[in-house]
Amino acid sequence: MNIVVCVKQTFDSEAKIQLNQEGFIDESLVKLIINPFDEYAVEEALRLTEAYGGRVTLVSVNPIEPAQALRQGLAMGADSAVWLDCSGIDCADQHIHAELVGTWLKSQEFDLVLCGKEAIDDGAAEFPSRLGEVLDLPQGNTVSGLKMENGKAMVRRDIEGGYEIIELNLPCLLSVQKGLNEPRYPSMRRVMEAKRKKIDRIVPEDLGLSNEKLTPFVRVEAYMLPPPRRAGKILEGTCEQTVADLIRSLRDERTMGQEER
Amino acid sequence: MAILVLAEHRNNKLRKAAREVVSEGRALADELGEVLFAVLIGHKISALADEVNKYGPEEIYLADDPGLGVYNTETYAQVLEHLVEQLKPRLVLMAHSAMAKDLAPRVAQRVGAGLLTDCVDILRDDEDLSFVRPIYAGKCLVRMKIRTPSQFVTLRPNSFSAVERPGSAEIKAFEISLEMPRAKSMGVEMLEGEGPDLTEADIVVSGGRGLGDGDGFVLVKELAKMLGAAVGASRSAVDAGWASHQMQVGQTGKVVSPKLYIALGISGAIQHIAGMGTSKCIVAVNKDREANIFRLADYGIVEDLYKVIPVMIDQLRNTQAGSRSPKVM
Repeated sequence: MNIVVCVKQTFDSEAKIQLNQEGFIDESLVKLIINPFDEYAVEEALRLTEAYGGRVTLVSVNPIEPAQALRQGLAMGADSAVWLDCSGIDCADQHIHAELVGTWLKSQEFDLVLCGKEAIDDGAAEFPSRLGEVLDLPQGNTVSGLKMENGKAMVRRDIEGGYEIIELNLPCLLSVQKGLNEPRYPSMRRVMEAKRKKIDRIVPEDLGLSNEKLTPFVRVEAYMLPPPRRAGKILEGTCEQTVADLIRSLRDERTMGQEER
Repeated sequence: MAILVLAEHRNNKLRKAAREVVSEGRALADELGEVLFAVLIGHKISALADEVNKYGPEEIYLADDPGLGVYNTETYAQVLEHLVEQLKPRLVLMAHSAMAKDLAPRVAQRVGAGLLTDCVDILRDDEDLSFVRPIYAGKCLVRMKIRTPSQFVTLRPNSFSAVERPGSAEIKAFEISLEMPRAKSMGVEMLEGEGPDLTEADIVVSGGRGLGDGDGFVLVKELAKMLGAAVGASRSAVDAGWASHQMQVGQTGKVVSPKLYIALGISGAIQHIAGMGTSKCIVAVNKDREANIFRLADYGIVEDLYKVIPVMIDQLRNTQAGSRSPKVM
């Protein structure tokens, strides 16, 4: 089975977020990584092709070459990587990413499209379902369990307090969740090999997309740092005293109810 | 001009987050001089209209069909798509739930609408609305506008209040002939556990690596039960196999924003804070005075959690019973 995995390059979560003078996020000291949820997607693709044969192709939309993300996937074992270069357009909108990837995918043969369920930088969780719509594929989001049975995907997806079980014919689109698998650590050798692999670069012109399809639907007005929390305090005293203090404070603040349950 | 809200329900009850969304829809409709429409999708759901009515929409649409009894992306998307086409709402609101994450972008793409998910605030700028959402693990907020005539927005649970405004909504049946979906819903498996949903709970009690052992969660759950709280876990606890990934709070887990978050044996790594940093009040119990969590916590107790939790349970039980505990100094 041929599998396409959509990966995103994101800021490392340890990154310190600061705004520069123009009110934009200062990207200078930020470490770039493959979106953690996309790693589960790459791993799942590799497991499936190891079991059933086929190729794993990575695709990523970014204004600069997402080398960290793509080479991590290649080092894990993906066969090829495609960079959809959106530097020539205003691509800060998930619908544009979906149009770009979707249009490119229409020229490709695939049995399965995998994505991480969301990116840790914007946390939007928007791209997978938009892509599912562009490609008119049946979809399953936040998948934490997957089995292939008789050529169909049996999927377990996370919902509040439990799981939904869905059966999907191929081709389909799935976004994956932590818990699906344990991503492999590529060996040093594979990491070095991946550095030599070619990343194919495609621009929107190559895809013949109209400007209308590439107009952002959303616009940033301002970035703001969240208000700082009030200073907290460490309660001192014996265990009994600190707990009593705590309960009293929480009740006084009405954070916790006064009433018996 | 109209605002349309999706009123999500579970087990014949309106979900808590749905009540917040309908309330916010009502507030916006009042401010903008619009009408509020609500839609209920499911099977045998007419009784739920009474609940939705408590939050004041002008009209409640019932998409009631055996084919809608269980959630399915394709059938629910058909309903929403046709309803949006008919009502042409300027704003479509949902709670940022598992359903909405699957459904909202699909329908937004189908109807050519912009979408902003997981919003924590809505601001008004004349006739325009702007929406605030957290990014970069909550370390930054971004205020955004949607430029399409129809705007799809999902709201983070616990960020808006549910306010009852009883109304006399007109209830309308929304008929639709559903196309067979290609994906087959095979059923739902609910996890055992009492207590509210993690993302909607008012109080969350979480256990971390400091528990030392999976058995520690027995105590965590006992405290949670006492408080009517949901139980969460840090990534360490989940990776150690002490808790399911569904309980994980953090960057690669769930984002929660309860009134009270009690972190037990949790060091407070950045990735964990990403999932609970907007909690209104944070209490931390950890043996290590230098633990990062104390920088964030409103109240900290530096002590072995296995000493603290039993005392907490004891004092709560005594004061709940209505008698002042003589042990409290």
